[in-house]
Amino acid sequence: MSAGHSHRLYRHGDTVVHRLPAHTKLLALVLFVLTVVATPREQYWAFGAYLVLLAAVAVAAAVPVGFIAGRMVVELPFVAFALLLPFIAHGPRTEFLGLTVSQTGLLGAWNILAKATLGVIASILLAATTEPRELLTGLRRLRVPALLVEISSFMVRYADVVTDEMRRMRIARESRGFQASHLGHMRVLARSAGALFIRSYERGERVHLAMLARGYTGVMPMTEDRPIPRTAWLAAAAVPLLALVIATTAWSLA
Amino acid sequence: MHVPDGFLDAPTSLATGALAATTLTVAIRRVRDQHEEKAAPLAGLTAAFVFAVQMINFPVGIGTSGHLLGGALAAILVGPWTAILCMSVVLLVQALLFADGGLTALGTNITLMGVVTVLVGWGVARLVLRVLPRRPASAVPASFVAALVSVPAAALGFVGLYAIGGAADLSLGALAVSMVGWHLLIGLGEAVITAATVSAVIAVRPDLVFAARGLQPALELRGPGAPRRGPGALLPAPVAAPPASPRGSVRPVLLIGGAVALLLAGVVSVFASSSPDGLEHVAGEKGFLETARAHLLADLPLADYGKVGGIPVGLAGILGVVVTITIGWLLLRLVARRRTRPVAEPARSAERV
Repeated sequence: MSAGHSHRLYRHGDTVVHRLPAHTKLLALVLFVLTVVATPREQYWAFGAYLVLLAAVAVAAAVPVGFIAGRMVVELPFVAFALLLPFIAHGPRTEFLGLTVSQTGLLGAWNILAKATLGVIASILLAATTEPRELLTGLRRLRVPALLVEISSFMVRYADVVTDEMRRMRIARESRGFQASHLGHMRVLARSAGALFIRSYERGERVHLAMLARGYTGVMPMTEDRPIPRTAWLAAAAVPLLALVIATTAWSLA
Repeated sequence: MHVPDGFLDAPTSLATGALAATTLTVAIRRVRDQHEEKAAPLAGLTAAFVFAVQMINFPVGIGTSGHLLGGALAAILVGPWTAILCMSVVLLVQALLFADGGLTALGTNITLMGVVTVLVGWGVARLVLRVLPRRPASAVPASFVAALVSVPAAALGFVGLYAIGGAADLSLGALAVSMVGWHLLIGLGEAVITAATVSAVIAVRPDLVFAARGLQPALELRGPGAPRRGPGALLPAPVAAPPASPRGSVRPVLLIGGAVALLLAGVVSVFASSSPDGLEHVAGEKGFLETARAHLLADLPLADYGKVGGIPVGLAGILGVVVTITIGWLLLRLVARRRTRPVAEPARSAERV
């Protein structure tokens, strides 16, 4: 419940990547992904180069391949869409693996698969090497509105609490023999959801009162605001800069 | 429905990012005015609730299950501006911690799932509430319709964005039909669970449901010591009888709404049918028609409806609007019939002043 717990998505470590300040990593990630998205899709080698770059970061951060692969399942729905594209897009046809498919559809599918995969891997690397709490202070340093960051921090802190309450309700339902199998059962699920909302909202009110009791004035105090050494910025900038070099080469070749 | 990186091109991603940022700025200002220093914990816990409730899987049809988007639900429970903040925060955290939805596509995701669903849901709920009797329970049918409309609206928004910055030249008509058709089904599940959730909250704490605020009947004193109603009572007598039937004032709203919906269906269908024949043409030419249809349109009754029956997609859209309005009207009639109350109400409506 308190911020001391590390998230299950975070991989504890003490590497160069872990030690970098969160906001430098965030900025690097956004710039990197933006560069990847802007790369022309016909330059196939460029995406391989990006992958090598990410692999280097993963090695430096000591994040194993299995960990990244296991978390890449979030990408699956859009992979399905991408695999469908060559068949449903129009335009000139071409032969691919013995199938007649649309040329632009094939390119589009490759485009989505390559860019989405790179984006997902990069995001996983960030989440694996940065604690959620630090990520939020990083957002604050990047001038994201204070209210938004505060709401996010409450959400991150209480997501597990609320999810656990939901899990307990599910266990209670299932231990009484309930299993959602047809539409009529939605009522039961919805009652749980309603109860969950009331519990969450009332918890929010209690949290607010507790904060007032501790002298909350409407703004969270900023702790630990020491200057960032220039070397940290340089280290964080390395990845997007290299990506920019790859992208400009790709553009000039295109 | 979390759009990943690279799905839309960079200019579109940046544009939707700017749009999302602007909306968020407005929402932050509104929420701060509304809740003051209470905003952060309440919105944060609501965001955690939305995050958790998105994990509840409900059966959609045979063997498949869907999960809640929660935009309309949040709008009705905590109001549109707080809901926009909550949804955006959920999407932000999902993108940052769970790699669910791309970072460059964050603006797109916030626009579609955080802003479109919330604003469409809220607007629809307000419209429906205007027709229904003024009492908290009216928020239940309102949330049903709101959730039902909000999901296909987001899907349509996705198709629009794809038309602007999509990676491959798909047949937009087919994409629109398949997305909206599929999301109509998902929207039905979302509607059922949203309405039931709102109903469960109203049963316990009607004061927590934002959309139902101001719908509670005013408190009245009862018992021997209570002031008697009537000409000499403390309570002001009603100046005039409340409108005998609210339908008189409601009809223009319904008519205008229906006209707008039909117009939208027309516009959307024109936009949608700008190139639907491309796919069929090429596919037919290449002897590919069956595969394409089996892949994209097979499980969509609407698609078959619009194409095989020889009815253009536009007409199908207008037909859909007409059918929806008819069903909605019948539902409203059913609900309205239930409020057959004696005319002991004038005092109640006067107290509300």
